[in-house]
Amino acid sequence: MNKAGERLYNGLVKENPTFVLMLGMCPTLAVTTSAVNGLGMGLTTMVVLALSNMIISLLRNVIPDRVRIPAFIVIIASFVTVVQLLLEAYLPSLNDALGVYIPLIVVNCIILGRAESYAYSNPVIPSLFDGIGMGLGFTFALTCIGLVRELLGAGQLFGFGILPDSVEPIRIFGQAPGAFFVLAGLVALQNYIKESRKKAGKEYRKIGSGCTHDCMNCKDSEGCSGRFYDENAGKKINRRADAAQAGTQKERKADENTKAANTDEEGR
Amino acid sequence: MSELFKVSSNPHIRSKAATNGLMLAVVIALMPATGFGIYNFGPRALAVIAVTIASTVLTEYFFGFYNRKLSVTDLSAVVTGLLLALNLPVSIPLWMAALGGVFAILVVKMLFGGLGQNFMNPALAARCFLLISFPTAMTAFDCDAYTGATPLALLKSGEPVNLLNMVTGHTAGTIGETSVIAIAVGACLLLVLGVIDLRIPGSYIATFVIFAGLFGGHGFEPSYLAAQLSGGGLMLGAFFMATDYVTRPITIRGQYVFGVFLGLMTGIFRIFGPGAEGVSYAIILGNLLVPLIEKYTMPTAFGYRKGGVRREK
Repeated sequence: MNKAGERLYNGLVKENPTFVLMLGMCPTLAVTTSAVNGLGMGLTTMVVLALSNMIISLLRNVIPDRVRIPAFIVIIASFVTVVQLLLEAYLPSLNDALGVYIPLIVVNCIILGRAESYAYSNPVIPSLFDGIGMGLGFTFALTCIGLVRELLGAGQLFGFGILPDSVEPIRIFGQAPGAFFVLAGLVALQNYIKESRKKAGKEYRKIGSGCTHDCMNCKDSEGCSGRFYDENAGKKINRRADAAQAGTQKERKADENTKAANTDEEGR
Repeated sequence: MSELFKVSSNPHIRSKAATNGLMLAVVIALMPATGFGIYNFGPRALAVIAVTIASTVLTEYFFGFYNRKLSVTDLSAVVTGLLLALNLPVSIPLWMAALGGVFAILVVKMLFGGLGQNFMNPALAARCFLLISFPTAMTAFDCDAYTGATPLALLKSGEPVNLLNMVTGHTAGTIGETSVIAIAVGACLLLVLGVIDLRIPGSYIATFVIFAGLFGGHGFEPSYLAAQLSGGGLMLGAFFMATDYVTRPITIRGQYVFGVFLGLMTGIFRIFGPGAEGVSYAIILGNLLVPLIEKYTMPTAFGYRKGGVRREK
């Protein structure tokens, strides 16, 4: 179960979907007006993410390569519908607060991204924990943003008044521009912590076992331009040689995509 | 032939003008409006101005201190603070004024790389930040000297306004925007010194007059147009904030485009918008379009075809 723990850490800290990968910005900016909304949105997404990751991982040998995206969407949409009906039945207030963003979880790019880059090529248990880890990371980020925005924009924390009435809240933090300010501030804070850890020599080895050789979809924020250093193997991995060795159709295709994208960029 | 000629690349003509000189000129040019604001609204106006300037200068100083790059001596923080204070109502709580100063310098200017890199006029961005954050405090123009709505609000609701008071500045409004005469004195000083030119203010005001005449519902009636021109922040904005070196287009044709755009937006905001005033939103919206305007108005260099392609021989 070491793999599961690694996946959780990966989702929460190393590849936090909001602060590191910068995915799912639409719900991040739109629904985090309060901590409760952020928490609710995060947990809802986590449930869908974990279940869809699990099912997609189970079906990964059945789904044809060409129609994988529609297949993912169908699976994700089914879970979103289930979750939405449950929310309507048991938590109507949260359902009203999140509004249209619940159905929009279907097109949440974190879920599609994890399905495509992890669950579709990994076994069931790690995929499930990858979904839980990513979902927890998303929940953590949304709750943080919601806390700051609620405190500054309404003077409350989880709906309880914190600031005295004499202090007028800064209303802009309850609106869209404030979401950008808080998100930018928190990303800057986590980058600062990361940098100072690096300076103190506590830099963790990057990538490690998480490398999928798919550089186009690699979410490593710093980028390694193909020079992976695998901590476990203790040697440099030659990406092309490795891909050729594996020789599966899928990886070759991914490689071709990368090449096509590269030439496209050069052409520009 | 012992004489040596100095061979160097351009520029060959240098000016002694430096940032702090230009900024000092702007501060001096703002003095009539500032002085009239203090005379008009009483000592509290002085307190607001002092707090705002102190917060901008201290923010700039500490940011420079932290990054070991002291930029506070170029006086731009003083100009930002003064302009922001002139755009605030006199009754604003002092901590809000200070917060606006910190926002202007820290978020709008320093985080984007300091003077010359800010994509928006810091003073106006801070004013809009405060306007969205504290709508009641920012539009409370009641004070000891005046009660009731600003002339523009009266104009919008179709009530009569006293044009003479609007020109001299004896009306409600923000600290520095009320007196057309005081602003005009400062603007003339800047024009004479060559710090600004008439391209942006001229095209801005002309476009606005035409727009207000066409769509204002009063035709080209002189008293209505004069009231629209001397009310609100139009004069202060046109001469002191739209002409900001950093956030205006550098191309000459672009400056006319910029002025026309500002005039149109101000007209739309004032006449069709829900509020009575729209100068600050118009200018920061224009600031955002500056890169686009520059891209399409960049002159073709000598020896190049239109579109920047080198002519083939």
